[in-house]
Amino acid sequence: MTAQKQKILTKKEYQKLAKDNEPRRPVLANCVRAFLAGGTICLIGQGITDIFVFYFGFTEKSAGNPTAATLIFLSVVLTSLGVYDHIAQWAGAGTAVPVTGFANSMASAALEHRTEGYVLGVGSNMFKLAGSVIVFGVFSAFIIAFIRTLIPLIGGA
Amino acid sequence: MHTYFWAFVVGGLICVIGQILLDVVKLTPAHMVTTLVVAGAILSGLELYQPLIDFAGAGASVPITSFGNALVQGALSEAKMSGLVGIVTGIFEVTSAGISSAIIFAFLASLLFRPKG
Repeated sequence: MTAQKQKILTKKEYQKLAKDNEPRRPVLANCVRAFLAGGTICLIGQGITDIFVFYFGFTEKSAGNPTAATLIFLSVVLTSLGVYDHIAQWAGAGTAVPVTGFANSMASAALEHRTEGYVLGVGSNMFKLAGSVIVFGVFSAFIIAFIRTLIPLIGGA
Repeated sequence: MHTYFWAFVVGGLICVIGQILLDVVKLTPAHMVTTLVVAGAILSGLELYQPLIDFAGAGASVPITSFGNALVQGALSEAKMSGLVGIVTGIFEVTSAGISSAIIFAFLASLLFRPKG
């Protein structure tokens, strides 16, 4: 009984200790870095969009797909060379939020699990992180599109 | 030129929201990115995301929030033509380029490269 009580106390104490000693996150500095890195990636994206519009005859809207593909290609190359993860350590959400972060998570999972074979390693691990983005994205998009499609049928706006 | 300015600012700010979700709300990166995708889908359903793209260009179309937007827009435009079934057939219509190219390039990378540090 006493032993048990002691155990609970130490657990609580441990949690308090852990919380007190947790390194303070430099929120402001992290936000500035995320802003600069994320802004720069979007700036590059805008540059790529304009190249597709001016030199390859895309419209502002149809240039979106080739722009995403180009950014994804660049991100996969940088991931393969080990550069993207270095930038990501500095930039935090600045590299995780743009579409390049999505590609980075897939490429790094593919590279990391390559030793387990192409089917069981690369194939089944590629979507380990990106999978939740697709699952929740598709499900929420389904609900929203369903509601938006039903409203005119019922006779609303 | 001001498109570039707003692309930088809006894209940067969306990443700051992501950073706040990580540092202040203490979400894991996977939860943070998933939250942003769902947020993009909701904004899209309220017809608020396209105006943001018109205003900020790549600043709104490069962050992952635009993935949620693209899923909803693909589903809605297909649903307009073929009814409720269109939601299921159209959901990947716009995002196909992104997902396919990510799969193809990531697989090629696993053929060509070894993991680094």
